[in-house]
Amino acid sequence: MANTLPTKPGRTPLDALLVTGAVATIGLLIVVPLASVFAEAFSQGPQAWWEAIAHDPDTRHAIWLSLTVAPVAVAFNTVFGIAAAWLVARFRFPGRTLLVALFDVPFSVSPVVAGLALVLIFGRQGILGPTLAWLAMKVIFAWPGLVLATTFVTLPLVVRELIPVMEAIGPEEELAAVSLGANGWQVFWRVTLPNIRWALLHGIVLANARAMGEFGAVYVVSGHIAGATDTMPLRVEKLFQEYRTPASMAVASVLAALALVTLVAKVVIERRLEAESRDLAAVRNVAAKSDPSPS
Amino acid sequence: MSIHIRGVSKKFGSFQALDNVSLEVPHGTLLALLGPSGSGKTTLLRIIAGLEWPDAGRIEEDGADVTDRHARHREVGFVFQHYALFRHMSVFENVAFGLRVRKTPDAEVRARVDELLHLVRLDGLGNRKPAQLSGGQRQRVALARALAIRPKILLLDEPFGALDAKVRVELRQWLRRLHDEIGMTSVFVTHDQEEAFELADEVVVMNQGKIEQQGTPDEVFEQPATPFVIDFLGNVNVFHGRVENGRAFWHGVPIAYPDYPHAQARPARVYLRPHELDIARLAATGSPAGQNPNHSAGEEPSLLAEVLRVSRSGPLTRITCQPHNSSGELHVDLPTATARDHSFQPGETVAITPRNVRVFLPDPEYVI
Amino acid sequence: MMRPRSQPASVLPGFSVSASITALVVTALIILPLAVLVFRAASLGPAGFLAAAWTPRARAAYAVSLGASVAAACISSVLGLLVAWVLVRIKFPGRRLLDALVDVPLALPTAVAGLVYSTLYVERGWLGQYLVPLGIQGAYSRLGIVLVLVFVSLPFAIRVVQPVLESLDSDTEEAARLLGASRLQTFLRVILPAILPAAATGFALALARALGEYGSVVFISGNMPFKTEIAPVLIVSRLEEFAYAEATAIAVVLLAISLTLLVIVNLLQQRLAQNAQ
Repeated sequence: MANTLPTKPGRTPLDALLVTGAVATIGLLIVVPLASVFAEAFSQGPQAWWEAIAHDPDTRHAIWLSLTVAPVAVAFNTVFGIAAAWLVARFRFPGRTLLVALFDVPFSVSPVVAGLALVLIFGRQGILGPTLAWLAMKVIFAWPGLVLATTFVTLPLVVRELIPVMEAIGPEEELAAVSLGANGWQVFWRVTLPNIRWALLHGIVLANARAMGEFGAVYVVSGHIAGATDTMPLRVEKLFQEYRTPASMAVASVLAALALVTLVAKVVIERRLEAESRDLAAVRNVAAKSDPSPS
Repeated sequence: MSIHIRGVSKKFGSFQALDNVSLEVPHGTLLALLGPSGSGKTTLLRIIAGLEWPDAGRIEEDGADVTDRHARHREVGFVFQHYALFRHMSVFENVAFGLRVRKTPDAEVRARVDELLHLVRLDGLGNRKPAQLSGGQRQRVALARALAIRPKILLLDEPFGALDAKVRVELRQWLRRLHDEIGMTSVFVTHDQEEAFELADEVVVMNQGKIEQQGTPDEVFEQPATPFVIDFLGNVNVFHGRVENGRAFWHGVPIAYPDYPHAQARPARVYLRPHELDIARLAATGSPAGQNPNHSAGEEPSLLAEVLRVSRSGPLTRITCQPHNSSGELHVDLPTATARDHSFQPGETVAITPRNVRVFLPDPEYVI
Repeated sequence: MMRPRSQPASVLPGFSVSASITALVVTALIILPLAVLVFRAASLGPAGFLAAAWTPRARAAYAVSLGASVAAACISSVLGLLVAWVLVRIKFPGRRLLDALVDVPLALPTAVAGLVYSTLYVERGWLGQYLVPLGIQGAYSRLGIVLVLVFVSLPFAIRVVQPVLESLDSDTEEAARLLGASRLQTFLRVILPAILPAAATGFALALARALGEYGSVVFISGNMPFKTEIAPVLIVSRLEEFAYAEATAIAVVLLAISLTLLVIVNLLQQRLAQNAQ
């Protein structure tokens, strides 16, 4: 505990200790596990890895299923996120605060509980069970159930990205567009969407990562039928239960690679977001005087 | 296009932004809505543009009721306070926006935008993004964008508020010329009286959701209608006095006030503008307090005061005095040349005669 | 062209469209499922509910869930504060990389985390080979549960505190230092009170995340009833036995805890917003 005031934020022995602690935390908790996924997945060579991914029909189906469920859930989320953020950020109405709190519910409810709730509605003994049976439609233990469960757990991700950005931008540009004669679609496509595109993309990337990786809710509604309702994370678990750890690691490594791609995309998008908010500040004349028209 | 505002009211929650406001803006007028923040001037402007719906009242353009017409169909040019330029669009596309959403042919758009960019002296900057422009340039883009749809009415919300002083004065004169050339009806909102008086044909002073006074800049400046207006214009000496028998008393000095012929005395506020006071050196001693011996009988009596400070600011010199029988201060403004001729010194006694006095009774019925 | 005066709240378009979509989704996907859950639990009657939700095995599962989650949230809060501090206050090579790595648990599927953690801490694993001889069982144990819960909850603890630390005025700190406060005193008296609401929010978010976590825990805990079985795992095993009533009752208990935490987080965030002004 040095009692002297450092003249600049230089490094003191304490700083070095703190940095070491932080690096060790992230290293042990995050980097080592991440590295070991790839190490284990390729421990028997790339050939074995490729066979585990491509030659097992159930694994192939799981990859295919994940690639169809996640985009649909993300699409639902995108539509909902834009509509809900527009509603909350542009209009004042009674119950608005409660509504915003409701958006967060899927984050705080256990995915398992969410899955159970869907089973209680759409399952064979659920309240809509007889109706669905009469319609010969299957939701639980089938693709629609996977989409519903995935949509539920990812629901807050897009809307929570958009609300603060829309609020920061304010309604003036949209009002200007209306006053210049634009209709609703023109306002949305030409003014709103270009303004929120990076925040939207940020939300979509996060929602997609979460959708690809969702386990608990999907586990409950899928009935984990190999080759039918197993998504990639469920396949990881099944292979692990069958003591086929290398194959399990191979599938896990695909998911981990996807997570890394997501993170890179996230960092790139966040830079764009920062640039946009600097632009916004400049155009609002907050910091305009200090930097005269850079080209 | 003339604008008629009839009995417009607007509430935001429990805040009464506009309270039964009526106003007429004749065709071709450049009108200023002047007032402090929260006076309702911006709300009124936005209601004229259709950007807010009034709770009650009507808006008419050339006699046609447009109250329920959506902003999208009002065809009003609106310049927002922070311009609200579309940040991701080039200057060209910003100006073109109103034409594009009307599906105007491309060649026509190009010609019109080029013409407008020339008009607002931004030739060659069409490819810039708003963030790459100076504040004054952005303001002119906003103006060009509003003018692109050939509006009959141009509305501007604090058009010069975000600019520095020099640019502000230049743009002000330029906007005046532009208004005259195009021949629109224009309304702008400002809290800066200098801006309102210099630029506008008509000034409307607003306070707490109501119109305090409407008139030409001269009328508003020379004959402020209410205590609020005179206070808002500022630079005035205020005294608490009384009225009785057709006279108002200011520090015991009687001033003719025929509007109140009653015998019963009432408290009143007396307003004296520094440039409407005559000041003279007291020649002799022994004159009775409150009477200036230099004045012949029948003229307004004057007040004796002691000079405290003489301070010059540019073309005017301000003399701060203290009336002999009171503790308050009184400011007198003289042209600097005149003041130099007299060379008043602190400590000497002077006689002050008002050329123009405004008296307001607490009851608005008795306002001059 | 003409619109009824009373109808639109704002001249901006899209109120009814966005309100309809939002209402539909929130009702169908959030309110309805949770209402059904509560309704099914309520239909058990008080005695039936208690019999289903309060069995010895369920009580043990709540205890493991709560104990491990609170422990994980505490560890995450402390480590999170350390990492956030280092990221905000100290310039060092690799800082941006470290910052990006913080988000890995948000992007990495929890099943992958659970799988890899269970292989790391077994006797022949990368870390287990050193730890197991010391008697530290990081897999198939309560410690294992805490470890993965720290992994999944760490980003929440970091990301809530980080912006508050960034916004902290270093002038205040320097003033305190100039007045003779030691670094520790400055931290305890000036910095800690300022970041406490954020740290509490981070703790609550981490706790909520940990309590609901399922995917990673099933891999590492061994799921032994009364020992390493958490509440979500118990719900799933009851469901697989088609014991809907019991699963529902336990889910409602878990839901009540989650929603309470959500309310607390919301209140804390209001405090946070007020402090920021």
